[in-house]
Amino acid sequence: MKAPLKEGPQTSVARAKSPGVKFQLEPKLLTQIHDNMVKARVLEERLIRMYKQSDGYFWIGAPGEESFSVPLAFQVKKGQGLDYDYLHLHYRSSPIMTVFGMDPMDAMRQMKNTALDPFSGGRNFSNHFSKREWNVVPVSSTIETQYATSIGTAIAQRRHGGTGITIVNGGDAGTAEGDFASCLVWSSRPGSELPILIIVTNNQWGISTSSSTQHGDKKISDRGKAFGIRTQTIRGHDVEESYFAIKEAMEYVRKERKPFLIEASVSRLYGHSSATGCNFVTEEEDCLATFESKLEAAGILTRAEMDEIREKYNAQMLEMSQRVKQEPLPDPSTIYDHVYYGQKGRYW
Amino acid sequence: MATLVQAIRMALHYGETHLGVQDIFGEDVGPPLGGVFTATQGLKKSWNSPLDERGIIGAAIGLGLAGSRCVAEIQFCDYIYNTIDLLKLAGMQSWSSNGDWHLPMTVMTPVGSGIRGSIYHSHSFDAAMTHIPGWKIVMPSNPLDAYGLMIACLKDPNPTMYLKPKALMRVRGQEPIPGEPPLTSEGDKMLKEMIDAPLGDRSKWSARWPKDLTDYTVELGQGKVVREGEQVTVVSYGRTLPLCAQASDRLKEEGISVEVIDMRTLWPYDWNLISQSIRKTQRVLYVNEDTEVTNFGEHLIRRTVEDEELYYLLQARPRLLAGAFVPGVGLADPLEAASVPQLDSIVVALRGIVSERA
Repeated sequence: MKAPLKEGPQTSVARAKSPGVKFQLEPKLLTQIHDNMVKARVLEERLIRMYKQSDGYFWIGAPGEESFSVPLAFQVKKGQGLDYDYLHLHYRSSPIMTVFGMDPMDAMRQMKNTALDPFSGGRNFSNHFSKREWNVVPVSSTIETQYATSIGTAIAQRRHGGTGITIVNGGDAGTAEGDFASCLVWSSRPGSELPILIIVTNNQWGISTSSSTQHGDKKISDRGKAFGIRTQTIRGHDVEESYFAIKEAMEYVRKERKPFLIEASVSRLYGHSSATGCNFVTEEEDCLATFESKLEAAGILTRAEMDEIREKYNAQMLEMSQRVKQEPLPDPSTIYDHVYYGQKGRYW
Repeated sequence: MATLVQAIRMALHYGETHLGVQDIFGEDVGPPLGGVFTATQGLKKSWNSPLDERGIIGAAIGLGLAGSRCVAEIQFCDYIYNTIDLLKLAGMQSWSSNGDWHLPMTVMTPVGSGIRGSIYHSHSFDAAMTHIPGWKIVMPSNPLDAYGLMIACLKDPNPTMYLKPKALMRVRGQEPIPGEPPLTSEGDKMLKEMIDAPLGDRSKWSARWPKDLTDYTVELGQGKVVREGEQVTVVSYGRTLPLCAQASDRLKEEGISVEVIDMRTLWPYDWNLISQSIRKTQRVLYVNEDTEVTNFGEHLIRRTVEDEELYYLLQARPRLLAGAFVPGVGLADPLEAASVPQLDSIVVALRGIVSERA
């Protein structure tokens, strides 16, 4: 039986203290980042509600990674083709898509698997995005294959030149797979280094298994050092720390055309997925709550203003979800469409 | 007359100079070796990769997503099995994105027995590969088709799997490849001197490619009747295809007329050609050397018996002659011969079908 989800903003008991807060980023950018973090969080909470109301079969998503993913998305060179950044994303990347300008309804369409789901036509789980116009390659439920496929776009970009890079993200558990090692090996071949920003968002869990029981390495990023890859381990819970680490790494990859490995600690605020209940976790740091405390302490936004932003998105996304629920499901005759490029209907 | 592997090499050269192939890569694919079967010697776009099959297939997928045409080689198909989920991933890029993305990429890998390759150099891969949707899969049985099928793969906007029958790599064809040197022993020698790397130091060697190569293409999905016959149809591909043709020739001397079809493309395959032939002969034998349980030929038998018109025309049970369902191909001559179809076993199977009375 699905547990009811409390309406309204979820609050966390876990937030970092913020005495004497001073930001380095401009207030305008900070408020933009905050707005997108709230938007992404509210979207995910709406998707969870849709799941709990039986308007979707499965939820998996990003709450707890916004403080890293939103600053990342603000620095991506968005576009189509080799001059822009290619993104090989895992399924906790909705904040990146919301910053890019994704219509939240589209994420809901994928949750509901309607015919209008632009990412998969009703074929895939929630948060399995795909958008060629933005170089977002199809997200796979496999937790590691993106580290292997990122090699290829980076080879093409190395040859092409310019400043476009390949960005790949994944979780800590997936780094046990060989594809992560493949990415390290291939991106650091002497004389053939690749322009890849390799990201590991470390939430210290693989579904129900704690990383402390499976990984002897103190830092995942240390693995990069064996290959001569520049690395950095950061508190991904912190917006500014994330922003500046990503900035430094991206500038290096864009200019030097060599890989950079960032390991960012993050939270998993609704557990692994709907398979584990998708209920709010109070034991882990809520990066949004932490950021809002700092914004309030620094006098950039008031509590009332932040509540207003959240309420605005709550209302918008409630209304969107109600419209999505009315959309038709895919026509069963379409199951063979696109098995091959441009192909419609049964082909054999 | 070019050998099958020379034909592949010339097609790849045509691909890198005319069809936009940017990367031809894999283990030992680049200089100095140019492939363990020499399929990539002398190619400008060839390079050596780490010994990492998952990295090779992953890189090919990424290149395809970036719109960069590539040919990736897995050195032996025996080593492709640890990439199965990546092959599945490649096959679903168009479908799972509802047509937003497509993936032009070609993977080639040597398959099958015939070189005394023991347990890990004799596997087949057609049964497993034809179980992965979204790919187009080919296996040539002669140099001309080897050339034309490779050109077709390099033009296709989808993932294509090119299975190279390793037993036939050094076999010369009967039909000329457009643009190859004269079909004489002098011509063969000339071609070898032009495009086969010398033994020893190759650091100063470069290939001299025939200048008149063309985009001769064997369209994907088109089979070919290589022997016309009236009493039984035998459908095959790759290493066992020439054996089927030899069986047809032998049985002709006994007064048995065997029609031989080379599928050439395993998926999507030419059912129209196959079914028309069976409609005529009313008997069919499918032959390949992959293991016999959940074999691709079993699918073809299902297709045969589910076709209402064909089923009631059949004068004998449709059969499959395939490899023994054992974990590998044993190295000793008697073991290998007993593991995969041979000329004699094909002849016996065909006699049995023809002699069966409905």
